[in-house]
Amino acid sequence: MSKSSLKQTLKDLETKKISIRELNQDYLKRIKEKENLNIFIHFSEENVLKQIDNLEKDNSAKKLKGIPIAIKDLFCTKSMPTTAASKILENFNPTYESFVTQKLLDEGSIFVGKTNLDEFAMGSATNTSFFGNTINPLSKENEPLAPGGSSGGSAAAVAADLCLGATGTDTGGSIRQPASFCGVVGIKPTYGLCSRWGIAAFASSLDQAGIFSHNVEDASILLQSIAGFDQRDSTSAKVDIPNYFENLDDDLNGKTVGIPKEYSIDGTPMEISQIWEDAIKVLEKKGVKIKNISLPHTKYALPTYYIIAPAEASSNLARYDGVKYGFRSDEINSLDEMYENTRAQGFGREVKRRILIGTYVLSAGYYDAYYLKAQKVRKLIADDFNKAFKECDFIVTPTAPSAAFPLNEKQNDPIKMYLNDVFTVPASLAGLPGISIPFGKDKNNLPLGIQILGKHFDEQQVFNAAVSLERSYE
Amino acid sequence: MKIDKNTINKIARLSRIKLDDKESEDYIKDLNSILDWVEQLNEVNTENVEPLSNISSSILPKREDVSKDTNSSEEILENAPDKLEGFFAVPKVVE
Repeated sequence: MSKSSLKQTLKDLETKKISIRELNQDYLKRIKEKENLNIFIHFSEENVLKQIDNLEKDNSAKKLKGIPIAIKDLFCTKSMPTTAASKILENFNPTYESFVTQKLLDEGSIFVGKTNLDEFAMGSATNTSFFGNTINPLSKENEPLAPGGSSGGSAAAVAADLCLGATGTDTGGSIRQPASFCGVVGIKPTYGLCSRWGIAAFASSLDQAGIFSHNVEDASILLQSIAGFDQRDSTSAKVDIPNYFENLDDDLNGKTVGIPKEYSIDGTPMEISQIWEDAIKVLEKKGVKIKNISLPHTKYALPTYYIIAPAEASSNLARYDGVKYGFRSDEINSLDEMYENTRAQGFGREVKRRILIGTYVLSAGYYDAYYLKAQKVRKLIADDFNKAFKECDFIVTPTAPSAAFPLNEKQNDPIKMYLNDVFTVPASLAGLPGISIPFGKDKNNLPLGIQILGKHFDEQQVFNAAVSLERSYE
Repeated sequence: MKIDKNTINKIARLSRIKLDDKESEDYIKDLNSILDWVEQLNEVNTENVEPLSNISSSILPKREDVSKDTNSSEEILENAPDKLEGFFAVPKVVE
């Protein structure tokens, strides 16, 4: 069976070509067949059937009524446990619903399960999860590939056609990079477009919710559903949310695309430079002006990110102390011993590494040299983009420096792992919207992604450029 | 080397994470290589540059100053590993 789009499925439901029950049973069947890929941390058929029952009794019209959606297990959900892929939240059952998932529920969507991720979203391969690796559905037999990360479970769920869309979060590339690895569409909107309320915090000045889908049209429908102002997130933006889908326009004639020279990095595989060139050629044919731009501080984005994100994480993750929720160690002769053992046993290696480095760069005597310095470089990186966007309407780059790599390949050297985010981190630091769409394959027939970046809150331009490239590629 | 045995112990203590000797060794290595790598930021002239802490380009709206009862203590305590008479329970702190 070929993958059905969200847009088509909504039509089929409306014309009663298929019922909500039939539709979801089809997805349930595939989820059970693909259990070996370890895509879900939490899946309960009973829970899905209950949601179907409830929707069948509900006569009101809803925009996403009956649509199967997978939820990254970083979003708090009342109906399912929430673990952040960490032992420290193994038994956590939220008593509240995140803003984003509440919006999806209000529109009538069905949650098929909670997807795997890197522990607390810290990683680029979904291999730091306490619940084991997720396997990229595009892997050949006996050659398991990583799905990317941190939202690897959500990207894999869409790629394996286990849902019509999935939520993700992106701090430094955690939506765009796995989308590229799994051959699906992934959008990280502008910082502040979707409320962070009810999402387990990693690095609060960077974290942003977004969407995975089969195609750009579906992403435009779903993003509109989860965006919006929320008083409970002090960085939530009070902006009008346009109807991205209705406004989709693939006519780019007269627009200007920026091509940043700093994204040509030594060691990038030929095939990736090639798809980048192909995308530029396609745009040129569509009447888009090509503008070579410079983002001079690009090479400092990764080290800046790996100071700021761990610093914020070390503070955010202080809340996991074995008192209020989650795991508590048995070895608790004193309060301090309880904290230290709980956190030693509850957190995995990468999370501890980032808490330690974050604590160091914030500690007395080092704050100015590391954290403050990084915040200043971050300003320069953001200014680079502001200047560039005076000359162009959107920017096009590759999404990731490689196609999906074998599972466990890059585990030992943290810096090598961090380099996965080289093309995605700068836009995260600047808070810009970015989408990754599949665009071409490498020599092993694995998908490669093109990234489109836009101005703050100009998701419409990002979608327009994406849909235009997508339609030319199909 | 920026991080030695004493420093890692101090950071681990500040982070309230107990490390065994093997882990300490590993983290000394990891943290030193990460800190060497981020050192390249010193090449950047940041004189007179304002640090960027909030990227949000929108202005924070004000809200009505009204109280709201959003959570009951029962709900808050629901996930507590140990609780007693409406409170979180922890090991004895004062003798």
